[in-house]
Amino acid sequence: MDTANSTNLTVTLNGRKAATSAQTLAEFIAENGFGGSKIATAVNGEFVPERARAATRLNPGDTIEVVSARQGG
Amino acid sequence: MNPREPFPTGTRPGLGPLTFYGETLQSRLLLGTALYPSPQIMSDAVKAAGAGIVTVSLRREQARGRSGERFLELIRALPVRVLPNTAGCRTPKEAITTAQMARELLDTDWIKLEVIANDDTLQPDLFGLVEAADVLTRDGFKVFPYTTEDLGAGERLLRAGCEVLMPWGAPIGTGRGLQNRYGLKSMRAYFPDIPLVVDAGVGAPSHAAEAMEMGYDAVLLNTAVAKAGDPIAMAAAFAKAIEAGRTAFESGLMEQRDMASPSTPVAGTPFFDLGSDPARSRPK
Repeated sequence: MDTANSTNLTVTLNGRKAATSAQTLAEFIAENGFGGSKIATAVNGEFVPERARAATRLNPGDTIEVVSARQGG
Repeated sequence: MNPREPFPTGTRPGLGPLTFYGETLQSRLLLGTALYPSPQIMSDAVKAAGAGIVTVSLRREQARGRSGERFLELIRALPVRVLPNTAGCRTPKEAITTAQMARELLDTDWIKLEVIANDDTLQPDLFGLVEAADVLTRDGFKVFPYTTEDLGAGERLLRAGCEVLMPWGAPIGTGRGLQNRYGLKSMRAYFPDIPLVVDAGVGAPSHAAEAMEMGYDAVLLNTAVAKAGDPIAMAAAFAKAIEAGRTAFESGLMEQRDMASPSTPVAGTPFFDLGSDPARSRPK
């Protein structure tokens, strides 16, 4: 595994650039302190179910959305 | 024409219980959860309204944040069904992905589908709405589309699998009431068997009562309660207005007339035989 490349991975989390060493979405979620939270995720505009996060590999430039429930009308 | 039969189709729609996708609800008030002065006031307002359904949204969570969980705990403590929305979505794709995230997060296949066309009016993008509804219903969602009173769009939405239509009363947050009464009445008459909900633009209890008197099945509102001086009391006022409007509809409203018609019996009126010649009644 190319560790140097993995630590340099840059993605966008909720509209902001973020550097990460995570290889998968599940790792990224844990790395950013979302672990255990009631959240839902999408990568590059596509919904990624919780069960698929571990198998979803991240690529440079990926756009990740992490959302939770909020007030709404 | 029978004054108790105001609908040209020959049926009086919506006289049965309120049913969305086979689920019967007691309350005809759907309440939003945004813009309240505090979470506690929101919670108390929902109770005062007796709402059976509340709408919620999905928003970006902060890293290491727990805002969503705190909000969910508050909602879960209420005796309500949750209807997540796709508020703010401007394309079918955004709305579809948001709906999928909402289904997993909130464990419901109900979705209030919003595809917004314009920032100033927040009016629905009817083309995008139909496209998203088609995809979502095929994926097992029970879609509550935020639409207009456009009959053609309504037909397309039903064809796409929607079993509820939610036309706007006025643009979201304006509180201007029912802006197109003729259009809303037409919609009620045109879709006699479809649950119809006036969604958005309701600013006063009288607006909600009017929608119910027209035969609408329910009303969805948020800002009018949340931004009231006393949201909890206003929630109760809306509940009463909706109940009054519904009872009025079920009772059969009288037909309007162009000319006056005395309510007090004419027979036996004193001086009736003197007629209406002003000269006869002039003091001498």
